[in-house]
Order: sequence, then C-alpha cells, then structure tokens
Amino acid sequence: MSKRSNEPFLWMLFSTGGVVAAMLIPVHLFLFGLAFPLGLLDGPSYQGLLALLRHPFARLYLFVLCSLPLFHWAHRFRYTLYDGLQIKHLNELINAFCYGGAILGTVLAAYLLWTT
Amino acid sequence: MTGKITLEVTRYHPERDKEPGLQTYEVPLRKEWVVLDALNYVKDKVDGSLSFRWSCRMGICGSCGMMVNGEPKLTCATFLADYAPGPIRVEPMKNFPILRDLIVEVSDFLVKLGKAKPWLIREEERPLTEGEFLQTPAQLDTFKQFSMCINCLLCYAACPVYGLDPLFSGPAAIALAQRYNADSRDQGAQKRLDILSHSDGIWACTFVGECTEVCPKNVDPAGAIQQYKLTATKEWVKSFLIPWGRK
Amino acid sequence: MPGSAQYSPKTFRTRVSTYWWLGRWPYLKFILRELSSVFVAWFVVIALLEIRALRNGPTAYVEFQERLRSPILVAVNVVALLFVIFHAATWFNLTPKAMPLRLGGKRVPSLFIVAPSYLVWLAISVTVAWIVLRG
Repeated sequence: MSKRSNEPFLWMLFSTGGVVAAMLIPVHLFLFGLAFPLGLLDGPSYQGLLALLRHPFARLYLFVLCSLPLFHWAHRFRYTLYDGLQIKHLNELINAFCYGGAILGTVLAAYLLWTT
Repeated sequence: MTGKITLEVTRYHPERDKEPGLQTYEVPLRKEWVVLDALNYVKDKVDGSLSFRWSCRMGICGSCGMMVNGEPKLTCATFLADYAPGPIRVEPMKNFPILRDLIVEVSDFLVKLGKAKPWLIREEERPLTEGEFLQTPAQLDTFKQFSMCINCLLCYAACPVYGLDPLFSGPAAIALAQRYNADSRDQGAQKRLDILSHSDGIWACTFVGECTEVCPKNVDPAGAIQQYKLTATKEWVKSFLIPWGRK
Repeated sequence: MPGSAQYSPKTFRTRVSTYWWLGRWPYLKFILRELSSVFVAWFVVIALLEIRALRNGPTAYVEFQERLRSPILVAVNVVALLFVIFHAATWFNLTPKAMPLRLGGKRVPSLFIVAPSYLVWLAISVTVAWIVLRG
C-alpha cells in the first residue's frame, strides 16, 4: 500500500505563486504602493484605472496576481513557523491559518474582481 | 612555521558527565598540519583518553567530520594555519547525539539511508547472455555528481531542518535516492517515492542550501532534493491523470 | 561478550535554541528570505484594499491614496519593496539548482538560466508599467 501525500500539490502552488510574486509584485508594489501615491510618477486617473480594471483580461490577471502569491506565502510561512519558532506540534492550527488564509484571500479577490 | 596554537575540544564521558564540556590543549602550529594531526598529537602525547573517529586522512572515507569553529568540516582537510593565531574550537558534529567526546551516534542516518534504497532496483533481472548495461556519457552525467557522496554527514550537521525535525530524511539520503532514480539502469523510482514523498521525507526541506555549501565532494544535495521534489510532483500529477497506471 | 551487551551509553542531545538562525549568517539570510513571503502577502492585502476602494467610488479611492501617503505606510511599503525584490533575486538565483538544463548531453551553465530570468523580469515590469502609465 502506498501513502500518497498531498504535499506535491501544495509545493506546486508554492512554486507557481513564487514565480508570479517574483515577476510581477516588485513593479506593482513600486507603482501602486509608492510611485503613484507619492506623486513620483503620474498615475492613471480614477476613471482610467477603473476602465483598465474592468477589462476581462485584467480581472483574470489580477486574480492570479492576488491568489497564487498568497499560496506561496501560506506554504513558506507554515514552514517558517515549524522551523523558526519550533512549533510544529501545532501543525493543524498552523495549516488552517496559512492555507485557510490563502483560500479566504482568494475568495475575496474573486468576489471583488467579479463585482467591480 | 613555529609556535603553538590552542585547541578547545569537547569532552564528554557518558559514564560520569552530565553534559559535555571544553578542554584546552596546546599543540604545535605546523604549516602542513591539519586539525586531525593536532588531535592525533593530543592523543599520542598529551591525553590518550581523547576519543574521535578517523581513517583515511585524505578526504575519502568520510569518518572525520567535526565542527571546527562552528562549521562542519572534515578534520583531515582543515589546516591549522588557516585558523592562526587561534584558538580553534573542535566539537562533535551538530544535530547528532553525542556518544563520547567527538564521536556521534549516526544510526538515525543509516536507517534513513536504508529507506532511500540506495541500490539498483530492477523489475526483471537482465539475463547474463544479454551482456552488461550500456550507458552513454550523457546518461552517466545525470547522476554522477550525486554518486560522489562519502557519507561524511557534514550536510546533516549543516542542515537546520534535520536538527529541528527528527523525521526529516536529510540531504545525503535524498541525494542518494536521486542518484539511483536518475540512473538509466534503475527501475525503482516509484518504490522510493512511496517512502520518501511524504511531509517528513523530502517535503520538510526548505532549500536552506547549507548542505551544498559544506559538502566536501561537491555532491550538491540541495540541488538533488529540489530535482527530487520536481520528480515527485510530476509523478503526483501523472497519478492523478492516469490513476490506473500506478504500479 | 556478555559484559558489553548490557552497556548502553547515555548519549547527549544538544537542545536546538529558538535563536538557531542567529548563529550563522547563512541561516539569517535564509530566514530573511523566508520572511519575504510575509511582504508578498502584504502586497496582496493592499492590492485587494485598493481594488475595493476603486470599486467604492472616487472618494473612497482618493481616501485610500491619502492613507498610502502616511509615513508609516510609506515606510512599510519601502521595506516591503526591498523584501519582494530580495524574494525575486533569490528565486531566480536558485532556479538552475532545481531545474538543471541539459543540452547535447552537457549541463547548461547556471548563468544561461539565471540571466534570462532577470531579462524576462525586466521585460514584464516595463510592459506592466507601460500599460498602466498610458491608460
């Protein structure tokens, strides 16, 4: 009898989330977190941004941008808690917090992007 | 080179010590001497009760691994002169129970190595009349690096996950599993996966990478483990898509 | 031999300190790399908040921009940006280890995998910036 673990699936989410986070988050965080609010660059107007957001491709893109990196965080933070704080015995709580948090974020992203 | 250098060496007598302590020895500082030479000097001339493992003194047997100033090293390959003026702290390898002085209990590794099944597994044996297995240089290249492991366990001493998680298989065991998985003559990948691919087998590894940094034989166990994760993931996807194909 | 069969040595296990990661620089760098995931999650949080603000109308959006200008949030976002760049750099640098490429039987040097990752990163960043800035 072979015990098939589901770790590979979680690792796949972690890896793809890691790639998405690495490629996309720096530029997004720079533009929307610092450059536009601080006026370093001229951002799009409210109407322009809303129009950009409503495009179906943009909705899908942003969903991926908001969902996969959360699963990357979930997996990595789970192991950081295991090894950094040595609380692996609380693993059920940790898993619920991490993956549950990622699922919650994904659902929120889907709701917000579907209804904008 | 003249002069002396101080060694601070762990001493632990299980029959009478509650915990290990450090004992200092002064040894000659000779430019061609390694830490192992210094330890043998101590044992021959100063304190015959000092206990430590060693054998080939040339970096191939994997017996003389110890912590030198907090770093996992083969003491036969670590020169005293590089640590002058000293002192040099010599301790048993981290993450293993200490048996006596600089000697550690390694049976945990041997059990985990056994689980990795580090031998060629064949579904059907090839009859002698068919001759030997032929391998191209390219086929050899896919696993040769991982076959250079001398089981010195420096990677286990460097791996924080092994120190924290008693169930983790550890770098060398997984690298050796990958060595056989990648060997074109082997047909046992599935058997190894069944044992290693669970949350304490290979998945506890978080790619710290220190195992590769300390390996004296350039095995790159970290790389082997990441490749194994990829293999395990591909197998998992395949088993999902082709459930009847599982042996 | 009967005598030695009874002897089982009392091995000593050193307790791993909670601060094991402060002991060596490579361990600290590793923990910092792992903590970068917290700032990745932070980005998703403010991205979702910004989308919600956009959704709720121009006043909500302007208020949100105002919030982003507060010194604390600016400081957090600067730190976050440094960490997400650190994540990207460490991720690209480790890719060749996980996926060694072989061409013609020989192993492709790591540089040929790492350099294209950075180039793709640059190309994608420029493209995103261009789309957003001209909109």
